[in-house]
Amino acid sequence: MTDAAMTPPEAARPIKSLVHEDARTKKRNASERRFRAYGIGAICTGMFFLVALLAAILSSGLPAFRQAVVEVPFTLTLEQYNTAEEALLKTGIYTDYFVTSLTDTLESEGVEIEFDEKSIERLLGKVGGDLRAFYRANEDQLGAPVSFELAAASRVDRYLKGTFEREDLQGGNRFFMPEDFDLIDAMREAKLIKQVFNWNFFTGVDTGVDNPGGAGIGASVLGSFFMMLVVLVLSLPIGVGASIYLEEFAPKNRFTDFIEVNISNLAAVPSIVFGILGLAVFIQFAHLPQSAPLVGGLVLTLMTLPTIIISTRASLKAVPPSIRDAALGVGASKMQAVFHHVLPLAAPGILTGTIIGLAQALGETAPLLLIGMVGFVARYPDTFVEGFIEPNSAVPAQIYNWAARSDAVFTEKAWGGIIVLLLFLITMNTIAVILRRRFERRW
Amino acid sequence: MPVIWLTLIVLAISALGFFTGRRRALASADGDSRNLHSLPIYYGSNAFMKSVVPAFGLMLLWLLVQPLFIDNRVEQMIPESEIAGGANIGLVMSEVRRTADGLQNAVDAGLLDDGMARNSQSDLTDLTQRLRDAGQVVTSQITQTVLHAAQAYRALSQTSNMLMTIAVLIVAVAGAVWGTMESAKSFRARNTVEQGVLALLIAAASVAILTTIGIVLSLIFNTIEFFRLYPASEFFFLLQWAPSFSGRGGASSLGIIPLLWGTLYISLVALLVAVPVGLFAAIYLSEYAGPKMRSIAKPMLEILAGIPTIVYGLFALLTIGPILLSVFGDNGLGWMQGQRAVLTAGLAMGIMLIPFVSSLSDDIINAVPQAMRDGSYGLGATKSETIKQVVLPAALPGIVGAILLAASRAIGETMIVVLGAGAAARLSLNPFEAMTTVTAKIVSQLTGDSDFASPEALVAFALGMTLFIMTLGLNVFALYIVRKYREQYE
Repeated sequence: MTDAAMTPPEAARPIKSLVHEDARTKKRNASERRFRAYGIGAICTGMFFLVALLAAILSSGLPAFRQAVVEVPFTLTLEQYNTAEEALLKTGIYTDYFVTSLTDTLESEGVEIEFDEKSIERLLGKVGGDLRAFYRANEDQLGAPVSFELAAASRVDRYLKGTFEREDLQGGNRFFMPEDFDLIDAMREAKLIKQVFNWNFFTGVDTGVDNPGGAGIGASVLGSFFMMLVVLVLSLPIGVGASIYLEEFAPKNRFTDFIEVNISNLAAVPSIVFGILGLAVFIQFAHLPQSAPLVGGLVLTLMTLPTIIISTRASLKAVPPSIRDAALGVGASKMQAVFHHVLPLAAPGILTGTIIGLAQALGETAPLLLIGMVGFVARYPDTFVEGFIEPNSAVPAQIYNWAARSDAVFTEKAWGGIIVLLLFLITMNTIAVILRRRFERRW
Repeated sequence: MPVIWLTLIVLAISALGFFTGRRRALASADGDSRNLHSLPIYYGSNAFMKSVVPAFGLMLLWLLVQPLFIDNRVEQMIPESEIAGGANIGLVMSEVRRTADGLQNAVDAGLLDDGMARNSQSDLTDLTQRLRDAGQVVTSQITQTVLHAAQAYRALSQTSNMLMTIAVLIVAVAGAVWGTMESAKSFRARNTVEQGVLALLIAAASVAILTTIGIVLSLIFNTIEFFRLYPASEFFFLLQWAPSFSGRGGASSLGIIPLLWGTLYISLVALLVAVPVGLFAAIYLSEYAGPKMRSIAKPMLEILAGIPTIVYGLFALLTIGPILLSVFGDNGLGWMQGQRAVLTAGLAMGIMLIPFVSSLSDDIINAVPQAMRDGSYGLGATKSETIKQVVLPAALPGIVGAILLAASRAIGETMIVVLGAGAAARLSLNPFEAMTTVTAKIVSQLTGDSDFASPEALVAFALGMTLFIMTLGLNVFALYIVRKYREQYE
């Protein structure tokens, strides 16, 4: 008897076929699907983070570009002007005129409300001074109806945007009193308040804590611009020169190996270490002016160099050797072959790498903190040379500065600043991509 | 003379040298460039190069050495008695420099005549008042010594500046003349110029070395200075970080262990977010996704890598923090006290590192030869089995390298932890607590009006040194692994 005869035939034998899945195949297929789902899940998570980040930036930052203004029709007669100019407290009289005029306007719209000049000052700033300055400059406007657009204080802005509620205010302070809410409501009802584009955010300079609404990013954009100028002027020639040497001329020896090791390591050194270098070498040792875009530019140059060298070498390497051979064949020297033939062909790639390096440098913050570009110093330089050596801020440093203050208005400005920064970065990267698409040659 | 004018004049002299050099060469060849050894432009360039390079070299050197020399001379003028009560020579010197600048600005503005600014017998109060009128920032009490030192400083600076102008101009002219005199039809101008250019290229390549040397020296000297003021054993083994805020006096505890713990904890959280997401994304993109999906998803993920870290910092502080607080805070589970916590910073950093892990792993997975996959399929394995049992083990060293590189990024990251992690150093396991890191403390110790000679400021350099060594070690190790692995399949 054989064993085979002992086993019961057919009955217990599992059906094996491609059409019919058995339990094991089911399990394996399920694990396959699960694994695939993990992959899709991971990509979706990544996308979700990207979307959440962009949504947070846009929703919190866009309000920084809008600003509430109060539009008030106002007429000043010659007698009123004369009385005011003869009085001792001239701007006070102007404010009184304004209060009367505003009350009339509100009444004509059917809104009755009592308020005093203190309220006006809290909501609209020093209106009297503005009016006086206007009429002293334009005496011919006396007696004619003029419409004034007055920028509202930042808290008015936030109340209208819904980020500042009546409940948030406990008792009131010198910036805001509970009755001010009624005046805002009244003006809103009379359709005197409207939202306009906040140009001041682009042209203004940083302000102190008493006027958060007036803070703008303009001066620090200029600071960043001067820094990028330094980076461009220094890192492009040095980076391209170093790449040409390493790629085209360098013999294989210890010295060039050492340079290569240095470059690849510098690319991975944390940016804050470059800040320490800048502080110790440029400020403590060389006594360059603190907080100056020149020093910031020097530090960022050292940081950007590895990026530029790596991308330049890649594009030099992409130029086929036949180009060099052809140039050498017709009698060019090695230097002429490189500078007259290889370099122009590699130029689009070099430019792309440089723009990407600059974009990276533009967003860098940490080293700037160490060389002192965070103080409340942002202002417009008077001359071109001063732009390099006078203390200034930079866009990311200004954003950090705003984010570190507790006032919610500054937080909004910080998000707005991020939108500005990202717009610059997107523009630069788009130019880089277009350059690559348009000029890149496949050999 | 201002440096910018000097630069322009040197350039003008060199340009003149270019034309005279070129013309002289052509004249020597009777106006026919075929008789010359090199193209005419090389003769001009030769003169230009010989004028510009030494002149600018001398100018740079002078500008670097001049402050050191003058400081040294002026410091000797300040007697020990002037350095009173905790102040040091550095503070007095910055006072002197400020006063000297003030004098210069006042003279420029016409509020002070030059003789008065030089005269050491000038009346102190009168001079101070005039400086104030000129809108110069002057501290209340300029002492007689400081004033004298400032006057000497200004005089030395002016003399040195004048000497520099003369020396640089002489060098520029001499170079231009030399280059012009050389120009003759048999002179090998092209070879000379090319050698010069090659030297410039080598100099450009050496900037990388100089940067490294600069980093290492600036870290080492200040670290040694720090260890002279503060015992190294306490720095490395003390379990407490509590710098005294007064800046001087008062015992500071500057132990690095709580900071290292915070750094590693936050990095760990970040890697726990970034590695699974990044790795699975890379696997999906390289093994499953079609070209269309790949061409969309890959750039999208890489956008995350292009966003500046300050944005992630703000995102951590103002978006992730409040969300976490609403879930784990007092209104929710009650585990979390403030918005700044290990988890806040770790999550933001994790998001930042996702594209880093995914694109590096993607490259490495793609480098695994197709033949290995085909062999596995031929034996009947499913796609996921192939990935798990063939592709990933083969790619493992490279993936480990990628993770190490990501870890080095996480350790060196600054803005996210400055904004998101908090300021208090703590040794705790609770991820909902605020902790601080090495980088955040470097920023806080070196910003503000700290005195650079105090151990509280110098400790930042020791921290920087630690950071530099840690990241460098990780990088070298990771690159070694990645390179070794790549060679295996090439």
